[in-house]
Amino acid sequence: MNNLLNSYFVKTHKLEISITIIAVVLFLIYFLGAPHVFTRFPIYRAFMQSMPFFGIIAISATFVVTLGEIDLSFPSIVGITSLIFGIIMTSTDGNFFIAFILATSLGMFAGLVNGLLVTKIGIPSIVATIGTLFFWRGLVNVISQGSGIAIVDVADGTWHHMIFVEKLFGKIPMQFIWFIVLTGLMQWVYRYHKFGNHIHFVGDNKASAQMMGINVDNVKIIAFVQLGFFSALAGIFTMYEMLYFWPTQGEGLMLTTLAAVFVGGTSVFGGKGTIFGTFIGVLIIGSLESGIVALGLSGFYVKFINGLMITVAVTVYALIQRRKN
Amino acid sequence: MVEELLKLQNIYKNFGNVKVLKDVNIKINKGEVVALIGDNGAGKSTLIKVITGVHSPNSGKVFFKEKEVQIKSVAQSRKMGIEAVYQERALCDQQELYRNIFAGREITNSFGFLDIKKQRKEAEKILRDYIGFTSKAITVDSQVMGLSGGEKQGVAFGRSLYFNSDLIVLDEPTMGLSIQETEKVLNFVKGLKNENKSAIFIDHNIIHVYGAADRFIILDRGEVVGEFNKEDISREELVQKMIQLHESGKIKVED
Ligand SMILES: Nc1ncnc2c1ncn2[C@@H]1O[C@H](COP(=O)(O)OP(=O)(O)OP(=O)(O)O)[C@@H](O)[C@H]1O
Ligand SMILES: [Mg+2]
Repeated sequence: MNNLLNSYFVKTHKLEISITIIAVVLFLIYFLGAPHVFTRFPIYRAFMQSMPFFGIIAISATFVVTLGEIDLSFPSIVGITSLIFGIIMTSTDGNFFIAFILATSLGMFAGLVNGLLVTKIGIPSIVATIGTLFFWRGLVNVISQGSGIAIVDVADGTWHHMIFVEKLFGKIPMQFIWFIVLTGLMQWVYRYHKFGNHIHFVGDNKASAQMMGINVDNVKIIAFVQLGFFSALAGIFTMYEMLYFWPTQGEGLMLTTLAAVFVGGTSVFGGKGTIFGTFIGVLIIGSLESGIVALGLSGFYVKFINGLMITVAVTVYALIQRRKN
Repeated sequence: MVEELLKLQNIYKNFGNVKVLKDVNIKINKGEVVALIGDNGAGKSTLIKVITGVHSPNSGKVFFKEKEVQIKSVAQSRKMGIEAVYQERALCDQQELYRNIFAGREITNSFGFLDIKKQRKEAEKILRDYIGFTSKAITVDSQVMGLSGGEKQGVAFGRSLYFNSDLIVLDEPTMGLSIQETEKVLNFVKGLKNENKSAIFIDHNIIHVYGAADRFIILDRGEVVGEFNKEDISREELVQKMIQLHESGKIKVED
């Protein structure tokens, strides 16, 4: 046992292990407190259906947070890219490729704007992305004039609808499969690709990273651009699930997404993080609402417990960090 | 025959309104160790950062191997054959040693994925052969955070040796080192000549500087105020010059 605790794996994966234990305990509480709900499949199907929409963004946002930056504009990037996706789908009679390419390109463009504001103009990311948060949502309102777009006629029953959100073997929502695949891929990039490596160095110490030959600005810009892309992708998934665009689309994502990243253990100071942790963070944050209600507490507790989780988690991680220094 | 490696011509560098380098002209030949000396804030580190691509000059020209170049990034200067140990050590605290050693020039496959095994193996070699770490507590997987100042220094130095270069820039490389380690660094600098390699050496200790360098360039408030070959000046005279400069702000140059 002692050997196990001192092993290299345990030492280097303290955060991942802690967060996994928290998740297991939480699900045990659900399980014991509401067995009639949690011993049956539908609740898990509901989780698999809803978690990927913010989960995909949370995984992607982990890169930006590891940089020591933040992006608050993604809810509005989801909005504007979904709008464009809806407009193009309906006006081209369901041309998926054009709609997909234009929507994700716009997402990347929005990310590029964030990246340039932060690196070339030098605006702190928290301020820059509050600006673009309002900007893109404002543009959604101006273009949509407050009305929604139905894509049922051009999307329902198509092959793209199938691969995005229909159920595999009639049980597993496709978006969850995508979410798992993307998580694995992003974890790989985060730890083992040059780009992921640079993200860690820039987040750790910008000046040192530059002296080591890393192009700090480019790394930051690419991080914002990929978040723009995945925000668009999350928007497209949501569109297929709902078959409808509404002008507030994406607005509810801010809290859950960032909560998942921080609860997952990615350092608010930059330089350290974990994609696996974010994934578990998504399972935790994404299950809280149904879990709390199933346990018989009123829905009014959801935000409260959410807030408690985040505050406690970041405090604990900050303390771990401080002890290390 | 004297072959020129690096030449800076009329280099100016400002940070905002502060003029940190003013009309700097220097030349480094192949197989030559040049010391940069001067008070705190004289602009020594800034000057070497212009050479390594950390800063770009506001004006002036840079020649490397007799060709005019614009060094826009550290990656570029490394590719040209310039290595550096910075005064700040340029390490990232929370990352593993093997990642620190290869940061910015990772060993990757053609898709950009790291060859972790190879990086760790090479890092192992650097730790053992170039740095001579004896502490068992330090491995290639250690984070920089736990290292002592001298150990950090050793990593930065070992890293710069591993990547073979024509010009090595050492900004206070002996700071925080024990007597034996300092001796090693100085011997390394002296040994460069035999390989026809060059170095720029910054150190506040005149004894170190005098022993290791062939030529001394004195910088004062961003300007080159004196330049001496070792044949032409004794150690005592060099010390005298520095004291004089410190007290009167001027140097008497008698040719
Ligand atoms: N990035 C920067 N931004 C603004 N000012 C800077 C910057 N880097 C250096 N300076 C200023 O430029 C001047 C020269 O600094 P520099 O580090 O080159 O001196 P130095 O000769 O290396 O001194 P020391 O011996 O203390 O290392 C100092 O006044 C310093 O404050
Ligand atoms: Mg200096």
